[in-house]
Amino acid sequence: MKKRSLIPILYILFLMLPIYWLVAMSFKTTNEILSGFSLFPQTFTLQNYQTIFTDPTWYWGYINSIIYVSLNTVISVCVALPAAYAFSRFSFLGDKHLFFWLLTNRMAPAAVFALPFFQLYSAVGLFDTHLAVALAHCLFNIPLAVWILEGFMSGVPKELDETAYVDGYSFPRFFVSIFLPTIKAGVGVAAFFCFMFSWVELLLAKTLTAVEAKPIAATMTKTASSAGYELGLLAAAGTLTIIPGAIVIYFVRNYIAKGFALGRV
Amino acid sequence: MKTENQKAWFFVLPVLLLVAFNALIPMMTVVNYSVQETFGDNVFFWEGLGWFEQILRSDRFHAALGRQFLFTGMILIIEIPLGVIIALSMPRKGFWVPICLVTMALPMLIPWNVVGAMWNIFTLPDIGLLGYFMNHTLGIDYNMTQDPLAAWITIIVMDVWHWTSLVVLLSYAGLVSIPDAYYQAAKIDGASNWSVFRYIQLPKMKQVLTIAILLRFMDSFNIYTEPFVLTGGGPGNSTTLLSIDLVKIALGQFDLGPAAAMSLIYFAITLLVSWLFYTLMTQNDQK
Repeated sequence: MKKRSLIPILYILFLMLPIYWLVAMSFKTTNEILSGFSLFPQTFTLQNYQTIFTDPTWYWGYINSIIYVSLNTVISVCVALPAAYAFSRFSFLGDKHLFFWLLTNRMAPAAVFALPFFQLYSAVGLFDTHLAVALAHCLFNIPLAVWILEGFMSGVPKELDETAYVDGYSFPRFFVSIFLPTIKAGVGVAAFFCFMFSWVELLLAKTLTAVEAKPIAATMTKTASSAGYELGLLAAAGTLTIIPGAIVIYFVRNYIAKGFALGRV
Repeated sequence: MKTENQKAWFFVLPVLLLVAFNALIPMMTVVNYSVQETFGDNVFFWEGLGWFEQILRSDRFHAALGRQFLFTGMILIIEIPLGVIIALSMPRKGFWVPICLVTMALPMLIPWNVVGAMWNIFTLPDIGLLGYFMNHTLGIDYNMTQDPLAAWITIIVMDVWHWTSLVVLLSYAGLVSIPDAYYQAAKIDGASNWSVFRYIQLPKMKQVLTIAILLRFMDSFNIYTEPFVLTGGGPGNSTTLLSIDLVKIALGQFDLGPAAAMSLIYFAITLLVSWLFYTLMTQNDQK
């Protein structure tokens, strides 16, 4: 038994090493970073974090990212719910093809779409808004949300629907007050995945924004190139981008294992 | 089993409209560019299938495609077995389970360019933890900005770091769904560890592993941000994967026609291979 737990421990150690280095770097002064190797910060400083929290171009980056990620999560889950219900309960003309077509959108490389997206969202006047990024991320998040929710909904027996109708529930009332609570784990998992993929994606978010809705990750790339090589600042900004993800995982920790099976196990 | 109901289309309609807006219009733009030549000023000339022929014959495209398949193949060969092994040795219940799950999921929630930047800092030859360790403690000459082999190993290790957890969590979800009774029965029959794995655990994980392989294939085949931030495609062209090359052509040189034709070929290859994987794996299921 002891020998067996060695593998996960080693793996987690491997996962934590680069993260540790990023965090350690963020507490060092630029001088210390460039002057040589040190395993722990010698002159512990909060200067890097202070810069981020007092400079609007920095902290607005975080606010922008959080706004469009939340918008995207809400849109994706709301439109995916009825669609997933339709796929799990009814058969209709072209349903299988439609489902597969939705999934193919996850296969399209974002790099392919960068330029056309820029032109499209400029043409409809949404360029540089949070809504543009939120809508663009729907391309890969909606198919995923439909896929996950469909898995969870198929696990709910049809008798539940039928009993509710016999009891005189109308469809909207049944859906909101009976069906949704039954699959709330699925909704949580779908929201988690939408949050995750919208939070980590950068290429489209960067292409669709200039000033007003610029995501934090784009601010980072710009700083890395323009202000010389401020590694400490870069590390601090990177460390801060890990925190929202960590908080979200903490909330869904009990559903994670099931959620990763997309409800199908 | 399912009721036939054409009105279900109304439920799907919002999804259809949103995804179609995001997928069809840009896709048509790409198709449009791929058959035309432009010299700027929005003046276009019909080019037919010329760009497609040019791309399919170009050595540059073949080289990038080869590197892409090498990269995807390598990470699949490493991540899938490694993920299964880790999932098998994880505790099934108790205090450590949530801790394992949360720490393992963490790399996947870090923005992709931060992943690249983090590995960049981590591997700097004299001031990065890994770079320092390799060069000064082990005495191996390691510098991924100059040595193509080091750059390759670094992007593969980075991807293993970033995404093995997805395979772990998927396999783990498959494993915990196996009822205890199966194991007890195996114990009574005196089954070896290997046969427990082969006849109980593996079949139960098959479905989630199919999802894992498909997701890992699609995402690694489309990978752009992490290697771009880490190596920028270099040294030379040695780590220029398909999408990095594509962006170079489209936004760097602004050759929209060839870039668009390449996008379509790229997309077609992804679709074809995903479909092959999917049919092969589901066919095995039926046997």
